[in-house]
Amino acid sequence: MRVQLFVTCLTDTYFPDVAACVVRVLRRLGVEVDFPKRQTCCGQPALNSGCMHDFRAVAARMIDVFEGSDPVVTPSGSCCSIVREYFPHAFDDDPVRRARAVALAGRTYEFIEFLEKKLRPDWSAWDLRFDAVATYHYSCHLRGIGITDEHVRMLQRFRGLEYRPMEKMDQCCGFGGTFAVKYGDISGAMVRDKVANIRKIGANLLVCNDGGCTLNIAGALHRDGCDVRVMHIAQILDQAMAASEKRRAASAVPQGVQP
Amino acid sequence: MSDARAATVPDFRTRAARAIAEPGLSQAVTSATLRQYEGRKRMLPELGHPLEIRDLAARIKDHTLAHLDRYLAIFAENVRRHGGQVHFAQTPDQAVEIIGGIARRHQVRRIVKAKSMTSEEIHLTEHLEADGIEVVETDLGEFIVQIDHDRPSHIVTPVIHKTTGQIARLFERVLGTPYTEDPEVLTAAARRHLREKFRTADMGICGCNFAVAETGTVCIVTNEGNGRYCTSRPKVVVALMGMEKMVPSMPDLAVMLKLLAKSSTGQRLTVYTNLMSGPRRPGDLDGPEEFHVVILDRGRSRILASEFRETLRCIRCGACLNACPVYRTIGGHAYNSVYPGPIGKLITPLLAGYDEYKDLPNASSLCGACFEACPVRIDIPMLLIRMRDDLRRQGKMHWFQRLAFRIWRWMMLSHRLYALGGGAGRLWDWVAPGGWHRRAPFPFSAWTRHRDLPVMARRPFRKMWKDLENS
Repeated sequence: MRVQLFVTCLTDTYFPDVAACVVRVLRRLGVEVDFPKRQTCCGQPALNSGCMHDFRAVAARMIDVFEGSDPVVTPSGSCCSIVREYFPHAFDDDPVRRARAVALAGRTYEFIEFLEKKLRPDWSAWDLRFDAVATYHYSCHLRGIGITDEHVRMLQRFRGLEYRPMEKMDQCCGFGGTFAVKYGDISGAMVRDKVANIRKIGANLLVCNDGGCTLNIAGALHRDGCDVRVMHIAQILDQAMAASEKRRAASAVPQGVQP
Repeated sequence: MSDARAATVPDFRTRAARAIAEPGLSQAVTSATLRQYEGRKRMLPELGHPLEIRDLAARIKDHTLAHLDRYLAIFAENVRRHGGQVHFAQTPDQAVEIIGGIARRHQVRRIVKAKSMTSEEIHLTEHLEADGIEVVETDLGEFIVQIDHDRPSHIVTPVIHKTTGQIARLFERVLGTPYTEDPEVLTAAARRHLREKFRTADMGICGCNFAVAETGTVCIVTNEGNGRYCTSRPKVVVALMGMEKMVPSMPDLAVMLKLLAKSSTGQRLTVYTNLMSGPRRPGDLDGPEEFHVVILDRGRSRILASEFRETLRCIRCGACLNACPVYRTIGGHAYNSVYPGPIGKLITPLLAGYDEYKDLPNASSLCGACFEACPVRIDIPMLLIRMRDDLRRQGKMHWFQRLAFRIWRWMMLSHRLYALGGGAGRLWDWVAPGGWHRRAPFPFSAWTRHRDLPVMARRPFRKMWKDLENS
């Protein structure tokens, strides 16, 4: 299978390691990854701010850039939800572009969603270990794309990982794009509440699968002097799969068998 | 809100900041909303097919709204057939005048009132009191609000912002109840006080949760039975409703009642469901001698014709308020509207105009918890975005934001300019000690006032790709 990687502007700029992990994990699972180099942003900041004309222009370009029929995979549920929920509506008055937007929406997946609902790899072939006491923040835009507990179930596959659900894990962290800047006081109170819940649960790892939420929560954790790490599941998977490969190689080599 | 009072109210950001700083407010609101939010989640699966039933409810409302003129006419005809009187009010003033006129004609001295958000909208109580009439709120929450000269902060649970201790002190001061935080004792004290009022009132006023066109029935639901007292004991009863409250038939009502109670308070059904069709008939044991229905437009027909029609599906269950992280953070008063929370962010500006309320549609992180909770599937985040766009089209968006997005768009339309923008950001990152910005210039200062901002990665992914591609 071949996929196109939609890296998203925030991941590209702030968390490129997450995208590199996505690429490595997919390749290990036998997926060929292509990166359309002309991609920029899905247009969400303009959409959320009510600049619909600016959004349409950027969205139209994205539809052109991701031409083709391969699935589009992105590490961000938020950007995924914009393509799926808002791209088709943006071109209600343009039937040709609307049809292409609907097609793109139909083949765009959030990373974990792609693994669990489309690829369905045989995880028993992997010895997934990751030592951490982890809690998880459910990013808001996963609601729109119909993801409920897929991420948590993924986390529960790792041996050595103790999962502790935090209070109000599905409550918004207060990012909301320009909201965090336009209504800084409300957004600040919301993220402080999130930090308090992370602290309360006593985890040393926060799993967060969206660049926006990560930027916000990691920033608030740092301001608060809290040393909980923040990771994307792709990073955890990449490390665990690499370690599993290494162990397999170590035990297989003496017999002369390829892993 | 009267214009004079509006002028003295600080802007939304200030009100929100004050609410956040108020000790205990967010905790009180959060724990109460969470309880109802969890209750709704527990109860909804009992419907068997919760999503399908919500879709059905949305379709019932959409159908009714599409033929609202016809259903209103059928409803009015049926109410009149039962001997009731129907009045149409275009504006709040007209509604107040109609109800005030009825009270004057019957020389009413005391009115008992069940909970009605529409009456809050038109400030009915204040107007009637100005005419020298005693108006007693009989819903426990609204009663507490009234004797404390406070304002409701939630459309279903008006005193969600108050602690039991605050209510106990209030009862001690106003009703002379010895201080106790036992809710049963406090409720009994209110009950004793209200019994006398019910017995001696000459007029009852109630709202309307649903109006059934086919039968000419006004349906109200309460948990305390006060609605039943208000509408059966007094000689004259007036039901006030927004014109969108219509459903076609009794089977439609059943769908709505099931959804309302579960979505609102996490109950199977509300404790008392009252169906009223006209005044007392010969042989009836109780009921009013005169029954009036006042149907208020107040811009609703304008909304009906607009791109925001979907908001008229709302059945005022409060589920979106309970689910909303912003509402949990700032409480209801900061919205400065009868309708706070996510749905209030839409219908307040629609009913009262953009000028005073243009912050409301903007002050949302668009998290979508409201849409998920809504029993009639109102896509609140999508409508908020549409309203922001409408504000821009009407020239009510700040020039700085319009300009910023014009530049942003120009950059996003070319991957080279996009990369250049990232490069500029990395230059600024040189001044971030330890990889974090603790202070930033406007507009990012609003970010760094509350949290740090990490520096960008040294190499963006598109540069890393060159290595990955060939590995």
